Amino acid sequence: MSEAGSLQAATYDSAARRAPLVRELVEVVRYRDLLGLLISNITKSRYKRSALGVVWTLLNPLLNMAVLTFAFSHMFRFSLVHYPVYVLSGLILWNFFTQTTTYAMSTLVWGGGLLKRIYLPRSIFAVASIGNGLVNLLLSLIPLLAIILIVGHPVHLTWWFVPLAVLLLAMFSLGVALLMSALAVFFADVVEMYAVFVQVWFFLTPVMYPKEMLPARFVWYLNLNPVYNLLELFRVPIYNGTIPGPHTIIAAVASAVVSLLLGWWAFASKADELAYRV
Amino acid sequence: MNEPAVKLERVSVRYRVPHERIPSLKEYAIRWVRRRLRYADFWALHDIDLEVGRGEVFGILGANGAGKSTLLKVVARVLRPTSGRVRVWGRVAPLLELGAGFDFELSGRENIFLNGTILGFTKADVASRLDRIVEFADLREFIDAPLRTYSSGMVARLGFAIATDVEPEVLIVDEILAVGDAGFQKKSAERIRAFRENGTTILLVTHDAAALKAMCSRVMWLKRGEVEAVGPVDEVLARYQA
Ligand SMILES: Nc1ncnc2c1ncn2[C@@H]1O[C@H](COP(=O)(O)OP(=O)(O)O)[C@@H](O)[C@H]1O
Ligand SMILES: [Mg+2]
Repeated sequence: MSEAGSLQAATYDSAARRAPLVRELVEVVRYRDLLGLLISNITKSRYKRSALGVVWTLLNPLLNMAVLTFAFSHMFRFSLVHYPVYVLSGLILWNFFTQTTTYAMSTLVWGGGLLKRIYLPRSIFAVASIGNGLVNLLLSLIPLLAIILIVGHPVHLTWWFVPLAVLLLAMFSLGVALLMSALAVFFADVVEMYAVFVQVWFFLTPVMYPKEMLPARFVWYLNLNPVYNLLELFRVPIYNGTIPGPHTIIAAVASAVVSLLLGWWAFASKADELAYRV
Repeated sequence: MNEPAVKLERVSVRYRVPHERIPSLKEYAIRWVRRRLRYADFWALHDIDLEVGRGEVFGILGANGAGKSTLLKVVARVLRPTSGRVRVWGRVAPLLELGAGFDFELSGRENIFLNGTILGFTKADVASRLDRIVEFADLREFIDAPLRTYSSGMVARLGFAIATDVEPEVLIVDEILAVGDAGFQKKSAERIRAFRENGTTILLVTHDAAALKAMCSRVMWLKRGEVEAVGPVDEVLARYQA
């Protein structure tokens, strides 16, 4: 048989070893228009389901904030001025993390049926849920700004730092999303276990209380909590009006990179099996 | 033979089905510790070698469960083979299951964009071909109605029209020649014939002996995941039907 064709590189070669992170990201970029559609469909279907629509996205964190403010602001009166700003900025970050990771699991379980029938970059569902989270985060900055103006909290110039914090947050969340969604395809109970785990994690992270409230010997452990570092990175410029210290920045960058690499590795090593499963 | 468009080298595919359904991570961990994970391995393809030349129309025959769809999925990049190597030269249009990802709550128009981008086209691409797709599917009056109001024939027509709007280098067809009514079947057959004349490589799974005879140069007979025979269409068909 002629080997002439082999001189030309094949469009698809199953023996070309698994896509490293960069290759897969290139594939996702190639499918960017599908990504955009997935994001807008997720967003639309979420808004369709609730009669309040987009208003709900804006209202939900505000309601949470109102409840927490009512319950706690008295308690933290001396340590936290303008408590609503503190808690709302924390909730926005926390919601991004939990919603994107949880959503990635359910969309892959849904989209897995699709992966069985047609080739798609496997990570596209996780990336889409991050994209959707970014849309929601952007929207929830509106109520945050409103609250800042209402309570008379200063708008600091350090806001310029926020996009950087969001970028690291997105990287970290994508890593967790990839890891969890690969697991969720294989085991149905992962989704529930994760929900419980995240609940506990929430209380261990100073989202709604000041970190000084933790017993002194626990404060050091916060350095091991990647979400805490990302939270600081996001909230300090908004609430305190300063740029976070180098330790926080380094820790946040490290968590983002490690999470992404780890999540990627776990996902990639299972990616080929996804089409066999689901 | 001229340059290959599709080449399979000792390709095997294993479906691994757990003996008992293990639904939970907890359960899995317990069994893993006790070394009691049992699988039923099912080899849907064994050591398949195949080379399809550029512009060739190649037929695949076999009983239900022989592995025909699995073979096509391996070429379409849906499944990575458990072992062996698959290579494809050129863009593949998979007509495996039409309308992958169709959302029945969305309109026909929105679904053209969804399905088109799932097939790897850009939005701008799809937009510029929208009219042609609607025209070919003959759905002009219905295109803004939700897909759930379509008949199954209309859905299939739409899926076919989207997937075949751009001429591919390699076309993969899995028993879908009987799409829609007689008029549409004729239209879709004509389109596939035009592709063939323009040099598209075609992998065709069908039980329709007449279609095989009319279109294919060579045919492979798959039996329980192995090649039973491969060669000129008349020879293989004669043995298959014997
Ligand atoms: N996802 C799967 N898991 C387990 N077994 C499968 C799966 N898909 C197909 N099979 C089995 O593999 C064999 C080949 O299937 P298929 O390629 O669909 O055959 P054909 O298209 O020739 O009818 C069948 O016995 C089928 O039961
Ligand atoms: Mg089949």
